[in-house]
Amino acid sequence: MSKTFKLDGREIPFETGQTIMDAALAAGVYIPHLCHNPEFAPHGSCRVCVVDVGGRQVSACTAAASEGMEVDSSSEAIQATRRAILQMLFVEGNHVCPACEKSGACQLQAVAYYTGMLAPHFTHFFPRRPVDASHPDVVIDFNRCILCELCVRASRDHDGKRVFAISGRGLESHLVIDSASGLLGDSSFAASDKAAHVCPTGAILPKGRGYETPIGERLYDREPISIVGDVRAHEEEVL
Amino acid sequence: MAEKPRVATASLCGCFGCHMSLLDIDERILQLVDLVTFDCTPLTDIKILGDCDLGLIEGGVANAENVEVLREFRRRCKTLVAVGACAVNGGIPAMRNQFSLAECLRESYCYGIGVHNPGIPNDPEIPLLLNQVHPIHEVVAIDYFLPGCPPSADAIWTFLTAFLEGRPIAFPYTQIHFD
Repeated sequence: MSKTFKLDGREIPFETGQTIMDAALAAGVYIPHLCHNPEFAPHGSCRVCVVDVGGRQVSACTAAASEGMEVDSSSEAIQATRRAILQMLFVEGNHVCPACEKSGACQLQAVAYYTGMLAPHFTHFFPRRPVDASHPDVVIDFNRCILCELCVRASRDHDGKRVFAISGRGLESHLVIDSASGLLGDSSFAASDKAAHVCPTGAILPKGRGYETPIGERLYDREPISIVGDVRAHEEEVL
Repeated sequence: MAEKPRVATASLCGCFGCHMSLLDIDERILQLVDLVTFDCTPLTDIKILGDCDLGLIEGGVANAENVEVLREFRRRCKTLVAVGACAVNGGIPAMRNQFSLAECLRESYCYGIGVHNPGIPNDPEIPLLLNQVHPIHEVVAIDYFLPGCPPSADAIWTFLTAFLEGRPIAFPYTQIHFD
């Protein structure tokens, strides 16, 4: 007999070794997330998938599911925590949605909509970060990087290249590129790399395809991410 | 009959697109003028702000005059709303925060392509620019936020009707977007 736990009152089956996120995704229940992508090892860094388990807040993508546990993923308190986390992500970078090609098909934006975030609430950092357009096919806008490390993981674990890494600590943390100049164009990165197709924001974008999809027809224009799913599930449509 | 709620609007560092979007409610504007009295707003051309029930602010805070107008709106309006991306997070104008003010002014008035008679304007009537563009909630307390660039006419209408009827403000999914 399979084991189950309760997610917002609903019985979710799981197998030993699965996380709360794994089991929820398998059961078709949406838990908002940014740094999680089932193709890669869980990272637990964005904290957007925070859920309450017996009064403790844990990240669903790294917490193991266990028999009989009661998980709250939809109360107003949990949604408020997620909103605050998202607001911090927004003010730490420069997320200018009206000027971003990814807008409308951006997971950061879609998760913000899902949690009901209307405004950034906190004081903006307005950090000064560069844009790296040195690569012929792909542009990196560091203003939009949320340090989810999906490109780091994809390049290391899938592409076997280690093009990306996070350098620095705390507020100084930033994405770095493995080339003598530090520029993407001088690295071994290719547009066909998995790492070019996993960014949940507009930080890593293919060149020459901006604003291809009209407003109103973009991935998250009509239905929320809880129904549409992650960008990765729609690779062909959005890239 | 009780007096109708008074509404004021202002455009700070914005493009007037949010005001245009308000006008995009089309014939519903006839309903709106039955529901409210417009006080100081570019739509009435009334220049002096009176005591109001609702203030709608478009645009971020980029210069000394923006600060003054915004504080006056906060003093006079019972409820103050950030309307549009620029008011909510600084928007496109806040992209100048990537550069120093001196760099921006030199590029615009001294070394930019096609500049004639170069020189940074210094007429005392021109409001002094702030070092950075700020969302309005960083300057005064804000009661509601209506994101969008611009928020659609329907989103503005949803907000206005719910607010005026004293209902909780809730938007259909398609009415909330950050762009």
